[in-house]
Amino acid sequence: MNDTELLAVLIETLQSIAPEVEGSELRQDRPLRQQVDLDSMDWLNFLIGLSERLKVSIPEADYRRLVTLADLVAYLQGRMTC
Amino acid sequence: MFEFKLPSLGADMDEGKLLEWHVKPGDKVKKGQVVAVVDTSKAAVDVEIWQDGTVFELLVEPGTRLPVGSVMATLLEDGESAPARKPVTLQGARKGEARRKAPPPEVAAEAVGVRQAAELAPPGRPRVSPAARKRADELGRDIARIAGSGPGGVVTLADVERAVVVPTAAAAAATPAAAATRQAEMRRTIAAAMSRSKREIPHYYLFETIPLARASEWLAGVNADRPITERILMAALLLKAVAITLKGFPALNGFYRNERFEPADAVHAGVAISLRGGGLVAPALHDVDSKTLPVLMHELSDLVRRTRAGSLRSSEMSDPTITVTNLGEQGVEAVMGVIYPPQVALVGFGRVASRPVVDEVSGELRVLPAVTASLAADHRVSDGHRGALFLGALRELLQHPEDF
Amino acid sequence: MKVSYREALREALREALAQDPRVFLMGEDVGRYGGTYAVSKGLLDEFGPDRIRDTPLSELGFVGAGVGAALGGMRPIVEVMTINFSLLALDQIVNSAALLRHMSGGQCAVPLVIRMVTGAGRQLAAQHSHSLENWYAHIPGIRVLAPATVADARGMLAPALADPDPVIIFEHAQLYNLEDALPVERVWRACDISRAAVRRTGTQASLITYGGCLPKAMQAADELAATGIDVEVIDLRVLRPLDLDTIAASVRRTHRVVVVDEGWKTGSLAGEIVARIAEDCLYDLDAPPRRVCSAEVPIPYARHMEAAALPQVAQIVAAVKEMLNV
Repeated sequence: MNDTELLAVLIETLQSIAPEVEGSELRQDRPLRQQVDLDSMDWLNFLIGLSERLKVSIPEADYRRLVTLADLVAYLQGRMTC
Repeated sequence: MFEFKLPSLGADMDEGKLLEWHVKPGDKVKKGQVVAVVDTSKAAVDVEIWQDGTVFELLVEPGTRLPVGSVMATLLEDGESAPARKPVTLQGARKGEARRKAPPPEVAAEAVGVRQAAELAPPGRPRVSPAARKRADELGRDIARIAGSGPGGVVTLADVERAVVVPTAAAAAATPAAAATRQAEMRRTIAAAMSRSKREIPHYYLFETIPLARASEWLAGVNADRPITERILMAALLLKAVAITLKGFPALNGFYRNERFEPADAVHAGVAISLRGGGLVAPALHDVDSKTLPVLMHELSDLVRRTRAGSLRSSEMSDPTITVTNLGEQGVEAVMGVIYPPQVALVGFGRVASRPVVDEVSGELRVLPAVTASLAADHRVSDGHRGALFLGALRELLQHPEDF
Repeated sequence: MKVSYREALREALREALAQDPRVFLMGEDVGRYGGTYAVSKGLLDEFGPDRIRDTPLSELGFVGAGVGAALGGMRPIVEVMTINFSLLALDQIVNSAALLRHMSGGQCAVPLVIRMVTGAGRQLAAQHSHSLENWYAHIPGIRVLAPATVADARGMLAPALADPDPVIIFEHAQLYNLEDALPVERVWRACDISRAAVRRTGTQASLITYGGCLPKAMQAADELAATGIDVEVIDLRVLRPLDLDTIAASVRRTHRVVVVDEGWKTGSLAGEIVARIAEDCLYDLDAPPRRVCSAEVPIPYARHMEAAALPQVAQIVAAVKEMLNV
């Protein structure tokens, strides 16, 4: 899966939680939770959705590294290959 | 063949315990002979037999409790010979019990009151329960437009509440016009409740910064071993901490109605949940203080999901005893809450963030996660002093997350 | 460890006798026979005939003697074999015990405790089976208690003796053999003889009851729970003065009421409770209140007839279901 495909999966998962999100309007280098109204429950559900769709585990200790969409893409690419 | 049954040995005896047999199979017995000793819970009583015969089989073991009327033994009448095949041996008193049980008394349905009222209702006037009428008034709803589901088509409280819970995301998705109407209705409901709160409730507000280093560490430890679907959020921990602390502060948990405070027996925390299309619902998580964290987390997650899908239960809508809001999720420092009447308090949490904290023991400045908790409470019911003690107790409790 | 209702009552008596030399027990067969329902069994040997006194079959006489002893500074506990017989002593209870403090301008208190057996279900026929608690609950000047649990059987006597006014404790005949774990001492000792108790919390209806009907209401609640109906059970515990706060709070939670009372519906305590609810909580009601009471006949002797005359679990369940339209 290349970065563009992965980003599409991210946006889809996000839209299942926050239907108002427009993928084209999101800045990849800005904190996601500043751009989308997500509380901690939404955020958890977002990560659960990603871990289920991509079959990766996301330890809680790694949460702090996941701030922007770009962080997520880089992190998940690493988790999927290892 | 005849049966020897446990007799009633006093007007208040309904069962007895066989202590001892004085006879064995094959023994000849005479009328008036003591054949067994039975404990009636008043005394050990020697039990006599009232017919001559020969003991055929003992059906009950010493130590067995059995109801009055149970068959304890079978005997052969004088001159009667033993049957070729022994009857099935019974244990305990089952056979006797089965025989003794009378059919349940017929229930005469006393429906007259309700049915007659239904028939006598004058045509044209809708039948509405007093509670439903009052609730509809509070919510500004037209009762005539609500369909009744009670006996004889009575409009009940649940009917009114069902009619109100509709304006949520999923239900509103039908058409934009309907969605707009629902939005307007929800806005009106919130407006009515919040105006009433500010009009009637003399709020006081208190704030306390609560260090969460230990709670965060402890939660990280708990979650490290759990798959992502079973991880517990700080929000659940805070909710439980509030509920446990509230048990010591009944004046913050309950309702102010009819000019007086009614403390609640249980802690049903109303969880403020914002809806994506705008608006707010605060349905109840029941008995929060007595639930384990994993259960609470599961229920919280389910409640949020159902709230946003528009499938709440009426009990969840009507019975929160206090509200807890986590506005810090959106990044604010602290909350000054508006109490949801008839509740008497609201606990708010700001953002959990690292802050400079002076260690009270060593005097050192350290950077630690902390949260600002706030209490908005009804001054008619409690005073600032109690409120301050509550926040202090909450702070203390959160320093020992392993205790709950 | 499980304790019977009877044993709990006996322990409470034993403790009261041991702790206060002014306390003594009297009544028909309380001494040598050990009590008609064996409550005072063994106490004669332990405390002697001065303090465990058998009386002649004369309710008016020995209840009157109890009133006199209380006036004279003693703390008498008088046992009346069954509520039907207490009618012979009504004059002493209603005209003397209940009124003397009032009529003496507060000079003479009557710290008397009367224990009475009440209720049916034991095939004792009409003259030993009635539930007339409401007659006493009607009278100002006396406190009327109805312990329905082992904890209350253990805990109610001490505060009753401490009350400066006469207290009647109704022991339902069907409860003596009830066995349950006695809670820790701190709990039963905190027995509050002014409050009703919520025995089970629920959301869809309140079953309000007392005495011998409490186990039936609890069983009905279990059966209803199995069909997904969640009801609250209120044990009145104190029949006078009624704890209207607890009743009203429950009605405001559940909005539906079924009162279960072994008395007859006409002129009953159940009627009083429904009236109070109508006065104070009308706008909280989501359905007309219902009552499950005894049939309006003298309680029959025959077992099946007696069962048919008394409130039963099936009737309670049916009343709730009908109210909920299920």
